[in-house]
Amino acid sequence: MEVSNYWYFLSGLTLLSALMVVLSKNPIHSVLYLVFTFFCISGHYVLLNAQFLMAVNIIVYAGAIMVLFLFVIMMFDLKKNIPDSKTNLTKLAGTVVAGSVLVILVAAFRTIQYPTPDESTFNPNNGMVENLGKVLYSEYLLPFELVTVLFFVAMVGSVMLGKREVGDRNF
Amino acid sequence: MSQHIPSISNFSLSDPNKYSVENLRSEEMIISLGPQHPSTHGVLRLEVVSDGEVVVDVVPHLGFLHRCFEKHAESLPFNQIIPYVDRLDYLASMNCEHAYVMGVEKMLNLEGKLPKRIEYIRVLVAELNRIASHFVAIGTYGMDIGAYTPFLWLMRDREHIQRLLEWLSGARMLYNYIWVGGLFYDLPEGFEQKVAELVPLIKTTIKEVKTLVEENAIFIKRTANIGVLDRDLAISYGCTGPVLRGSGLAFDLRKVDAYSVYPELEFIVPTGKGLVGTVGDCWDRNHVRVLECEESLGIIEQCIDKLLGEHKRTPEFKPQEMVPKKIRPAAMDMYVRAENPKGELGFFIRTDGRSDIPQRLKVRACSFHHLSVLPTLSRGAYLADLVAIVGSLDLVMGEVDR
Amino acid sequence: MEPTNTLFMAKAVIILVVFAITLGVAAYSTYFERKIAAFMQDRVGPDRAGPFGILQPLADAVKMFMKEDFIPSHANKWLFIMGPCLSMLTALMTSAVIPFGDTVTVAGVTFDLQGIDVNIGILWVFGIVSLGVYGILIGGWASNNKYALLGGIRAASQNISYELAMGLSIIAILMFSGSLSTKTIVEAQQNGHWNIFYQPLGFIIFIVCAFAECNRTPFDLPECETELIGGYHTEYSSMKLGFYLFAEYINMFISGAVMATLFFGGYDYPGYEFVANKLGETPAAFIGAGALIGKALFFVFVFMWVRWTLPRFRYDQLMNLGWTGLIPLSIYNVLVTGIGILSGQPIIAGIAGFVLLILGLIIYDQLTVKKKIA
Repeated sequence: MEVSNYWYFLSGLTLLSALMVVLSKNPIHSVLYLVFTFFCISGHYVLLNAQFLMAVNIIVYAGAIMVLFLFVIMMFDLKKNIPDSKTNLTKLAGTVVAGSVLVILVAAFRTIQYPTPDESTFNPNNGMVENLGKVLYSEYLLPFELVTVLFFVAMVGSVMLGKREVGDRNF
Repeated sequence: MSQHIPSISNFSLSDPNKYSVENLRSEEMIISLGPQHPSTHGVLRLEVVSDGEVVVDVVPHLGFLHRCFEKHAESLPFNQIIPYVDRLDYLASMNCEHAYVMGVEKMLNLEGKLPKRIEYIRVLVAELNRIASHFVAIGTYGMDIGAYTPFLWLMRDREHIQRLLEWLSGARMLYNYIWVGGLFYDLPEGFEQKVAELVPLIKTTIKEVKTLVEENAIFIKRTANIGVLDRDLAISYGCTGPVLRGSGLAFDLRKVDAYSVYPELEFIVPTGKGLVGTVGDCWDRNHVRVLECEESLGIIEQCIDKLLGEHKRTPEFKPQEMVPKKIRPAAMDMYVRAENPKGELGFFIRTDGRSDIPQRLKVRACSFHHLSVLPTLSRGAYLADLVAIVGSLDLVMGEVDR
Repeated sequence: MEPTNTLFMAKAVIILVVFAITLGVAAYSTYFERKIAAFMQDRVGPDRAGPFGILQPLADAVKMFMKEDFIPSHANKWLFIMGPCLSMLTALMTSAVIPFGDTVTVAGVTFDLQGIDVNIGILWVFGIVSLGVYGILIGGWASNNKYALLGGIRAASQNISYELAMGLSIIAILMFSGSLSTKTIVEAQQNGHWNIFYQPLGFIIFIVCAFAECNRTPFDLPECETELIGGYHTEYSSMKLGFYLFAEYINMFISGAVMATLFFGGYDYPGYEFVANKLGETPAAFIGAGALIGKALFFVFVFMWVRWTLPRFRYDQLMNLGWTGLIPLSIYNVLVTGIGILSGQPIIAGIAGFVLLILGLIIYDQLTVKKKIA
């Protein structure tokens, strides 16, 4: 089988599961479809020979962030907290916004010449962890360090928010 | 943390729960712990209102093992009540029998008139049973915390005790051995020697349990400073036995009332000292039980010495000699109490002097009093602490429900 | 046959064999768990099915399949079924990157005794392990039972917390090998240069985290019997329950294999050279695979040994240990390792870190526990 066939299959699966995230009524199902979407995206990374990104995507998004999402949603009483059904106006507004975004995206893709890599100079190992690390710690060192500071601030902030004073209520 | 207790509305005694979901905050939930929960030590149901893992309130629901003991007793002759008494604290039947029989003998003015050998045998079997009962308490407590192996070690050695008592009385748990005015049989031949052989074995087991469980860092973390029962609180709730002694008061009826031949025996009353935490925490209560096992072993050794020496087996000795043909005490109200492994077991007996059945027999069960402390101790603790606290109180539902 | 096809066949056979070994070991772990528990508790253990009871796993399997497969009426049916399936799936996927042996030549085909050798091997293990919590979380929630929900929540927070310390303890290993590939990590440890000598502290952190990730005592809070009855699998019966329990044993075996790979030289064993010279490379490699499985089984034994010895932690104490104990300790380990590598004496740094830890433990024990009780 050609690689492009894998690509079509994966893309279809990704789109389908992403649609199901939006369409499914049960929030738990939505979260699980989202996890599946992340898996499909990881599959795309594998096709791009970016194994490190694939693993990190699974560890960080599917393994940690979505677990927390699921964790929080599980605490809800889903029977009590069913979201109200949307009015026709909101449905219409949603359709218009989404449709115009789609039109703009298609138009943009049509005008932009998407550069295809030159086969003679392309290094298929670009996505490998060694190359990624070299680029990350030489060319992009400053942004990388800044991101760590950002993360640190976010972490301290969440600890401050989550900390309960003596006598406080949980929520 | 400030104590918040949810409000109660429209609560009637026939409702299954005291709290209802409508009156709770959004983060609180009702967990029904039991009656088939593995760590409630019998058929106790705890209605736990919890905020996640934190216990907000606990409501014990009783009555799953109610067998109408007190009502039954009103239609039975005094000697036929003994098998029912066995079933109160079924882990320490000998102690229950001892207490009840003492009361009836008091009513018949037989107190102090029995041969010393009978008294020593009674104390011997009661102390053996005390160790067996404490072994169950210590073992299941370890299991509540998550250590399974000590439980089976202790059960193995409890089995030796039960075999001895089976040899003695024919039953493993519900003996009907101590009779009003005597005993069912004399000790079987060689019994004293077998008990003497057992004592060092149990000593090693206690030592092993001390090193494996009591000194374990995780066990200490789980039990020290958990469920601290203040001494005054323990007294005001009527706690007795290891629970009260764990809170630091050396109150032991064997010393205080000095019944039977206990004044002639040497033993000390261990109390909780807060070795690893606060006085009166779960660790202390458990530790008191371990130390009491050692004291009981000392008493057993002394009893064996007496039974082999001073009051040794003679052909003339008949354990049923003093057993009255008909038990008909004079009209009176009588309260008798004795030190059971779990605390003070008391019998209130009212007789009218005309029949050989009691008019009223009321049991003061120590487990019932200990259970009533549970909500106070466990508010604000974690769900896992609740299990640790229930285990440290060592409840026997047969006694609570009767 | 074309070379690619032969290689494909060889890999397929390896995957099948690894699969079979994993399942077989997991099945017999249940038997040995009970035997070891029985030995420690002065009992006999299973001895009815076959000689010494060795057919017990078969009998258990029959029992599991024959029991009523019960789905609670208020449960979310599909998620209820999905929970154990996910647990089993994630448990089995991990073994793909573990190098079971060196290169062998069978019937003229040369290949590695490894499912796939990707250059992110150890990250793959982490990715799959971090997914393992989904099975428990979904099963716990779908049961529509408060105990199961509490178990699921405990499992989720516990696994997320201990993954951090686990990852940090591996960073020190990666600093030595300079690669994420499990094969490279093992090859760097050949001829007795096992990482355990350089990384004793990292190993202790890793094994503690492995206990937590496998939900084994003293960290078996998600399924602790005395508080939550069965935890996340309270409502499960029949083979669905069997899948959960089976997944736990598979996880134990796999984490044992990962520990052997990372810290105990993988398929390396003393006298490898001698055997290779005498018998040839291929038999030596197969003995190496046996050595790896033996090491993994030893760790399975350690898991059981600890389970029948120690009590379990409380929920907040477990979190406390993870966040304030193990994570700073593993960062300290990374620091010590860095100093060791820079100074060119990694083994001294490793041993110094270990000695410091042991001294601290002994002093703590003497001061707080022994002194007071004795």
